[in-house]
Amino acid sequence: MNPMRRTVLKSTGSAGLLALLATAGFLRPSDVLANGWNKIAFDSKTMAETLKALGASTPASSDAIQLRAPDIAENGAVVPIAVDSKLPGTQSIAVLIDKNPQPLAASFELPSGTEGTVTTRVKMGQTSDVYALVRADGKFYMVKKEIKVTLGGCGG
Amino acid sequence: MADPMRIRAVARDGVVNVKVLMSHEMETGQRKDGAGQLVPAHFIQSVSATHNGKVVLSAQWGPAVSKNPFLEFNFKAGQKGERISVTWVDNKGEQRTDEATIN
Amino acid sequence: MTVFRTLAIAGLLLGYAAVTSAQSAVDEIAKYRQQLQDGNPADLWEARGEDVWKQKRGPKGVSLERCDLGLGPGVVTGAYAQLPRYFSDADRVMDLETRLVHCMVTLQGMSLADATKRPFGSGTNRSDFEALAAWITAESRGTKMNVSISHPKEAQAYRLGEKMFYFRGGPHDFACATCHGESGKRIRLQDLPNLTEKAGAQLGYTTWPAYRVSQGELRTFQWRLYDCFRQQRFPELKFTSEASIALTTFLAYNANGAAFNAPAIKR
Repeated sequence: MNPMRRTVLKSTGSAGLLALLATAGFLRPSDVLANGWNKIAFDSKTMAETLKALGASTPASSDAIQLRAPDIAENGAVVPIAVDSKLPGTQSIAVLIDKNPQPLAASFELPSGTEGTVTTRVKMGQTSDVYALVRADGKFYMVKKEIKVTLGGCGG
Repeated sequence: MADPMRIRAVARDGVVNVKVLMSHEMETGQRKDGAGQLVPAHFIQSVSATHNGKVVLSAQWGPAVSKNPFLEFNFKAGQKGERISVTWVDNKGEQRTDEATIN
Repeated sequence: MTVFRTLAIAGLLLGYAAVTSAQSAVDEIAKYRQQLQDGNPADLWEARGEDVWKQKRGPKGVSLERCDLGLGPGVVTGAYAQLPRYFSDADRVMDLETRLVHCMVTLQGMSLADATKRPFGSGTNRSDFEALAAWITAESRGTKMNVSISHPKEAQAYRLGEKMFYFRGGPHDFACATCHGESGKRIRLQDLPNLTEKAGAQLGYTTWPAYRVSQGELRTFQWRLYDCFRQQRFPELKFTSEASIALTTFLAYNANGAAFNAPAIKR
């Protein structure tokens, strides 16, 4: 089948996606630009600015959140990160990397019926604390883990 | 035209495990090419997964998500044989939607 | 006396700490690699490879679906585990890529130059060979390596490959065996398989192609050899050359008996 035609037929379209993204969680309507992407949060250069942009200035710690990642990443281009939140009413999960040029790597909205677990892979420029920020029942919680980055080998 | 995603969805005990691989450069905009010129940022910004017309996951990504992104999550109440659909949109407005059957 | 004893104990403790931290670093790297196994982007190349195989292409507008990889026209499953091999229609030993080029030329009507213009891809300049190799090798996953050297030309290729493996040369006076002839060698954090022992030869051969995390690309065994030559400062190992096929025959035969286990994912 012609892949172009297939995409057109199946696409929900940007407008549809926008509506889908306008669900509860990190997205504060005032911060959201036309394409639905939280530019202010993703452009923020420090942890404090990012948390502020996400409306999460003073997140609490929680034992119910697990950030699963290796202590050492062989290559910073691909660092596997899994976040498990056992907090009831987990609505969203964000991954932040303190020492990256912009800390916010990704944020996930989890509608009810979706479990509080996401796995993704991120780039890290250097060894850094990595944070999992969780919003559950309208409150923010955060845990961290240091991940060391090595640049194994000589590019071949 | 971007390549199709690889979507695997497996139902077990009423929970559907979804794994998605996307074909995308995820350029940060901070890398220089061989001629010393900055390679413009090009990365997926939004991802949305739907099942029976209901959103089961939506995400916003920055350029720090790795090249050829991988995503895994779980949702309840999905059955074998039903369809799941995933759409991404990048910062240049390109997009792609693919579907898979839950196994 | 007390001072000496304290120093000695401190030294012991320091030594112990260094050993345990080196061990835990190795364990953590293993954990890192393990976490990447699930969701290998090589899948994306496999899907594209299957498309390339089935697309009608070239001046004759036919697909590769009648290409004979050694087990009969169109049979892909298990074929890679028996390559390289002697093909009577070409009267020579061919590895996977050489056979694909042969099919592109004879079935699809491409010129040799067109067929071989991009052995390895980068970014948007993608290589059909990497995609085809990803899909075709995946169809041999779990199959035991079973390369023959019973035909005189196969035996000849094996012997030439063996000679090349131990041949020292270039500005560094290097051979393949310099890095891959002893156990326990590594470059920084990368363990180098000892290809002169059965286990190392099997591990080395059966885990290529691989998605290379550091490059964000799928790389084939051809590329591995090509890049080893570059790292040794040898002359370029020409794609589909007799030398390339011979070295592949030597290394593939030495992996016989092991279950093929690629495309893999590597740093």
